[in-house]
Amino acid sequence: MTVSINSIKKGIVIDHIKAGHGIKVYNYLGLDKVDFTVALIKNAPSNKQNKKDIIKIENAMNIDFTVLGLIDPTMTINIIENESIKEKIKLSIPKKVEDVIKCKNPRCVTSVEKNIPHIFLLFDEEKLEYRCQYCDEVYTFSEV
Amino acid sequence: MLEGRHLIEPMDFTNEELDGIFELADSIIEDEKSYMDKCRGKILASLFYEPSTRTRFSFEAAMYRLGGQVIGFSEPSSSSVSKGESIADTIKTVSCYADIAVMRHPKEGAPKVASMYSDIPVINAGDGGHQHPTQTLTDLLTIRRTKGEIGNITIGCCGDLKFGRTVHSLIKALSRYENVKFVLISPSELKIPDYIKREVLEKNGIEYVEAEKLEENMGSLDILYMTRVQKERFFNEEDYIRLKDSYILTPDKMEYAKKDMMVLHPLPRVNEISPEIDSDPRALYFKQAKYGMYVRMALIAKLLGVC
Repeated sequence: MTVSINSIKKGIVIDHIKAGHGIKVYNYLGLDKVDFTVALIKNAPSNKQNKKDIIKIENAMNIDFTVLGLIDPTMTINIIENESIKEKIKLSIPKKVEDVIKCKNPRCVTSVEKNIPHIFLLFDEEKLEYRCQYCDEVYTFSEV
Repeated sequence: MLEGRHLIEPMDFTNEELDGIFELADSIIEDEKSYMDKCRGKILASLFYEPSTRTRFSFEAAMYRLGGQVIGFSEPSSSSVSKGESIADTIKTVSCYADIAVMRHPKEGAPKVASMYSDIPVINAGDGGHQHPTQTLTDLLTIRRTKGEIGNITIGCCGDLKFGRTVHSLIKALSRYENVKFVLISPSELKIPDYIKREVLEKNGIEYVEAEKLEENMGSLDILYMTRVQKERFFNEEDYIRLKDSYILTPDKMEYAKKDMMVLHPLPRVNEISPEIDSDPRALYFKQAKYGMYVRMALIAKLLGVC
């Protein structure tokens, strides 16, 4: 089966999602709660990846690309207008992640100080580890 | 140019900037009277959310000796903190009254938060088991004045290396000097945190070994940096009781040491250094405490741009 983006007039196509990760992206974006057309395509054939997931969103919406990069930096985002690709965004592993997770270290200032940003900085790109900006506690990608 | 800057962790300043502080400290030690009016009209806010003797007194004495004034609290119960005021609001308010602030806090990263919301320089005077950069300045000045240089040393850090914030800051700072080797001596439960090993030591190709026996490693050390197993860092008293006397430096252990080895300790000590060691010329921890005041005078003067 081939997947065409021509069926979208205006919206977003998230392509090259690692097979099996599509549902994570779908859940993170809260697409189960929206009232416009959304398609989650699993295990689509791919030259590069053998198999991939794709999400097609028939609507403009604000997406935090930082977090998507954290879930899967190999994804590409295609912004569609008038049935053609207006912009192609390549994701990368974010250097900084803000207000996505909270530090679990009970000694960290974020456990007592309200209204401050929870910031994690990339510490090891290979191991996908992040460090709390305040207390240096290290978290792996899966925890993030 | 250090005027207006914060000191949250040792890497905030370059080696050249640290040298500038040490040179000024040397000059103050040489001729303290010349500096007694440098901070006239300036106010230091001393925000101590946790008990402290040396750090608080040395900062306050430093400001008074520079001709400045001090406001603040030595326990949060005597401030609006006890009413639940945030660190951000406290520092914004304090910024209205003082020219520079010093913060000691049990929570890791608290001074970092203060620096994000402050209009005046913030100095981290110790945050939980995390960092203690002004103790590091003290340690480096002591090494520099005793050995004539900071590099070319093998330093043994002994005791609580997990929660020992003074050790974390010192390792970070020393990692930027030439030919520094570390011997990290601790019980297995109190080993140095992974992020220090990986990000500071391994990333910079610095030679280090981890060990559990003090005596076996004494002979190779130029500096022995003793630390206290800190009761206040444990959630579980049983663990503290089991580990508190892991290492006690006694005269018989000193037999194994080089004749010019320096014994340093950030203090307070409990029983990890036997009092008999105090008369050994290699014991420099009280001298170190005095240098702490001078280096803080130099730091305050630099951050306020008066020297």
